[in-house]
Amino acid sequence: MFKKFIALALASLMVVGALAGCGGNNTDNTDNTATENTTTADGASENTGATGGTIKIGATGPLTGDTAVYGKAVQNGAQLAVDEINAAGGVNGYQLEFKMQDDENDVEKAATAYNALKDWGMQISLGSVTSKPCINVNSYASQDNMFLLTPSATAVESINTDNAFRVCFSDPNQGAKSAEYISQQGLATKIAVIYDSSDPYSSGIYNTFKAEAEKDGLEIVAAEAFTSDAKSDFSVHLQKAQSAGAELVFLPIYYQEASLILQQAKSKGYEPLFFGCDGLDGILAMDNFDTSLAEGVMLLTPFAADAQDEKTVTFVSAFKEKFNETPNQFAADAYDAIYAIKAALEKGNVTDPTMNYSDLCNILKVAMTEITVEGVTGTITWTADGEPNKEPKGMIIEDGAYKAM
Amino acid sequence: MEFISYLVNGISLGSIYALIALGYTMVYGIAKMLNFAHGDVIMIGGYVVFTSMTTMGMPTWVSILIGIVFCTLLGVVIEKVAYKPLRNATSLAVLITAIGMSYFLQNLALIVFGAGGKTFTSVVSMKPISLFDGQVTISGETIVTIIVSVILMIVLTLFVNRTKPGRAMLAVSEDRGAAQLMGVNVNRTISLTFAIGSGLAAVAGVLMCSSYTTLTPYIGAMPGIRAFVAAVFGGIGSIPGAMIGGILIGIIENLSKAYISSQLSDAIVFAVLIIVLLVKPTGLMGKKIAEKV
Repeated sequence: MFKKFIALALASLMVVGALAGCGGNNTDNTDNTATENTTTADGASENTGATGGTIKIGATGPLTGDTAVYGKAVQNGAQLAVDEINAAGGVNGYQLEFKMQDDENDVEKAATAYNALKDWGMQISLGSVTSKPCINVNSYASQDNMFLLTPSATAVESINTDNAFRVCFSDPNQGAKSAEYISQQGLATKIAVIYDSSDPYSSGIYNTFKAEAEKDGLEIVAAEAFTSDAKSDFSVHLQKAQSAGAELVFLPIYYQEASLILQQAKSKGYEPLFFGCDGLDGILAMDNFDTSLAEGVMLLTPFAADAQDEKTVTFVSAFKEKFNETPNQFAADAYDAIYAIKAALEKGNVTDPTMNYSDLCNILKVAMTEITVEGVTGTITWTADGEPNKEPKGMIIEDGAYKAM
Repeated sequence: MEFISYLVNGISLGSIYALIALGYTMVYGIAKMLNFAHGDVIMIGGYVVFTSMTTMGMPTWVSILIGIVFCTLLGVVIEKVAYKPLRNATSLAVLITAIGMSYFLQNLALIVFGAGGKTFTSVVSMKPISLFDGQVTISGETIVTIIVSVILMIVLTLFVNRTKPGRAMLAVSEDRGAAQLMGVNVNRTISLTFAIGSGLAAVAGVLMCSSYTTLTPYIGAMPGIRAFVAAVFGGIGSIPGAMIGGILIGIIENLSKAYISSQLSDAIVFAVLIIVLLVKPTGLMGKKIAEKV
């Protein structure tokens, strides 16, 4: 078993290197029928590689470290989309190539990873998977005028320049939508919030949640913060929520801390509703996690793996076949990001894959606002400030799996 | 009633700090070095016990034993490889090496055990105790942690004061050169100190992971720093001081979260530390040793 751990760890290290070699080959994916995922017609689908060349797409994200679940999901989701597109003939006659560099969710390492990708020849960036690294990566990308479409960095500042777009909701958006959803569904009126004041993702959601909650007549009875320096003991936070009579505890945080909160709430015998955002996605994938603790936890996310529409079903089964696990929201966001790039390349009529990234960016940032992508995370259009328009879905954890509400 | 509940939670958190602080203070008191890798040895202990208990399905007590033996050996190896060659170097060099070792262990765990979080299964099967009609609950983990910390504190104090190797430790801590002249094997004594300190780390790791069940390669770092603060607070080098310092830090942290501000609790903890050190520079129970000229 020990060997298995080592093998796994080494394998994940090698994935980064191996991807460089497999992006351009299209022989390994045969089950890609009916996964055509954009509204744009693909006229050049027959002449695979006829005009030749590749467009290189790079991303940085945590492939190791405590948020690696997200990085790996993005890596797999993007790779699946790239393989499908290439097998179906590529974009305008050329192929896509995808490479991901590990940034360990570290701001400095993300910058290094971005530069390494540029050396590799990256023409389009998926930015970073997480918010803080993406802010830094985009500071370089905007200087370079590199087109950036992050699947999952939610902080407002992650894409505050005109070259940058995102697939997921922004923090303010998530906070406001959560409050709206809670009040529309009548889940609770007395709400406690436990958030990480040292994290822009978490405090960003909290701030807009608070503003929207006041408008919707929700009462925040306790707002308790913790910091990344002390994130294991939540007994006081829970005690205050309980004493204040909160019926629902809003958790705009990541799943590691959430798993501790759920466990500590259970040992206190406190059973409110728990409601979270996309940071909770991943909790069920934790090794040895007692999924009964998460029973009834609700989260707002634009993607539900058990949804029955054709696109989701096709995506989920292809993903399962290739990677042997159920895709989470990050994988879905990354999958949509690649298809959005394809749509934008087609909309902008980019036929020369050797085009430099700056010229490409000028075309793509205009094209992005004109496309509509029927993705697995909903029908998405983009505004010029890079924010997506799409509808979130509420999900609930039942019997250790996500179910759409 | 709420106050009692906060207090109990504070003691529970503090008892974990106390247990970690015992290892810090032990190594500092004798080897006169700050072993910043102590928190990470705790993390490794947690992973070893997790692997043998959950992945390999060994019984709990065997797993704990494996964890203690593994960490003890690890501590001795770290001391031999990283610290011993620096025995005569400046204390700053040793300190930097310890910080380097801390990062090394974190990254090693990252490669070996992977990145995703794991959920530790508590080794304590004791039911929580409910007081005042269920308004205050004390978890089994808290009770076991406190009992274990107190026992270890007593055993360590007895060991250091009453046994031959223990007195050799005291001698080394007071004057290394003189101890060597009197026939004490300094290298072996320091190795033994590290072995004991790292064994304690394994115990702390098991109990910390039982209370706070999420296991990642970074769980040792912050509690390690807190425990170091606790050790300084109680008087670094003093075994009972580590215990008292740990529990006080836990209580102050929780009460300030509860009654002042959950955002300011860290600042308050460190402000209290600064005040204590201004008034009593050697910490609460620290010995003031007069320099003989």
